[in-house]
Amino acid sequence: MKIGIAGTMESSDALITVRPSEKINIKVESTVFDYFGEQIKKTILDTLNELNIANIDVLCQDKGALDFTIKARLITAIERMKKSV
Amino acid sequence: MLFIPGNNPSMLQNSDVFESDSIIIDLEDAVNVMEKDSARNLVRCYLDNLKEKKAELVIRINGLDTTYYNDDLNQIICDKVDAIMLPKAHVADLKKLDEILTDLENQRKITKKIKIIPIVELAESLLEVEKIVFQNRVDGVLLGAEDFSSDLEVVRTKGGEEIFYARSRIAVSCAAAKIDAIDTPFTDTKDNIGLAKDCEKAISLGMKSKSCIHPNQIEVVNEMFSPSQKTIDWAKRILQAKIDADKKGLGAFSVDGKMVDKPVIERAQKIIKKAEKYHIL
Repeated sequence: MKIGIAGTMESSDALITVRPSEKINIKVESTVFDYFGEQIKKTILDTLNELNIANIDVLCQDKGALDFTIKARLITAIERMKKSV
Repeated sequence: MLFIPGNNPSMLQNSDVFESDSIIIDLEDAVNVMEKDSARNLVRCYLDNLKEKKAELVIRINGLDTTYYNDDLNQIICDKVDAIMLPKAHVADLKKLDEILTDLENQRKITKKIKIIPIVELAESLLEVEKIVFQNRVDGVLLGAEDFSSDLEVVRTKGGEEIFYARSRIAVSCAAAKIDAIDTPFTDTKDNIGLAKDCEKAISLGMKSKSCIHPNQIEVVNEMFSPSQKTIDWAKRILQAKIDADKKGLGAFSVDGKMVDKPVIERAQKIIKKAEKYHIL
């Protein structure tokens, strides 16, 4: 099964896991979800739009990452998923 | 110059709070081979997001003897990057990197010329350092003492006797090319007294700056490598005395009871220039 994982559970980072799906499903787990949950989802969605991806499951386990980190980890996870068998 | 691991979001996002003159984002030794892709994407997104730079931005790419350097350069070259640090540098590598950078600058319409800081960390690199310093784009040379000692099969010590010759040869070569000789990091991040002694030794041999591997080292390195207020005051007195002597048509003059000649005046000018560079005038 195709899967891509990138990032870490260290502070200021995020661990992102992606799998192919029939539509976009985004799940965010974050200690600061109440404050930044929607912003994290928006960053993920914007990045998927930039990459023209409309069929993917995204799990973001956030440890206080800034937008640029979430975007970078998502891009890497997707690249790794595409390369996985 | 502070090294920051390229795959560490926390260090990257806080890089502007450190008082170093340069930030070196490391894609080489600080990044595990399995995480090179992740680090490149992180640095790329960090650069895209970067609004204002407080320090010179340098990226240490992987060496030209690896399969990673092309991806490194393709991902990170943009107008926010001031210099590329090249590990295990040789003259041939520098010529090749110059060509790649020229192509990328043209393709991406980057108007400035990105500099190169080669790392001399092999015995064979040291033997061609006199040529390395005069290569296109080269703006400074860093001594990489850990790999250099390993190449020599000698033990790296705090005293640094094993790198005396390398420091001297790099310092002289850089002085000839009028570029900065950058000293190797001091690896014991908890020994700031040892760090200060190491700086003293490097300065006495002609090294002009020093790389750091921990933010705790920046204060000591800045203090050691910046001209002291006493030195700046002396340099100002020399230059003022020169102006006064010129007005009076005097060829020779003295300051503090000592004769001042051309080399002394040039030294004073360099000190003032350095103080200006470090914004401590």
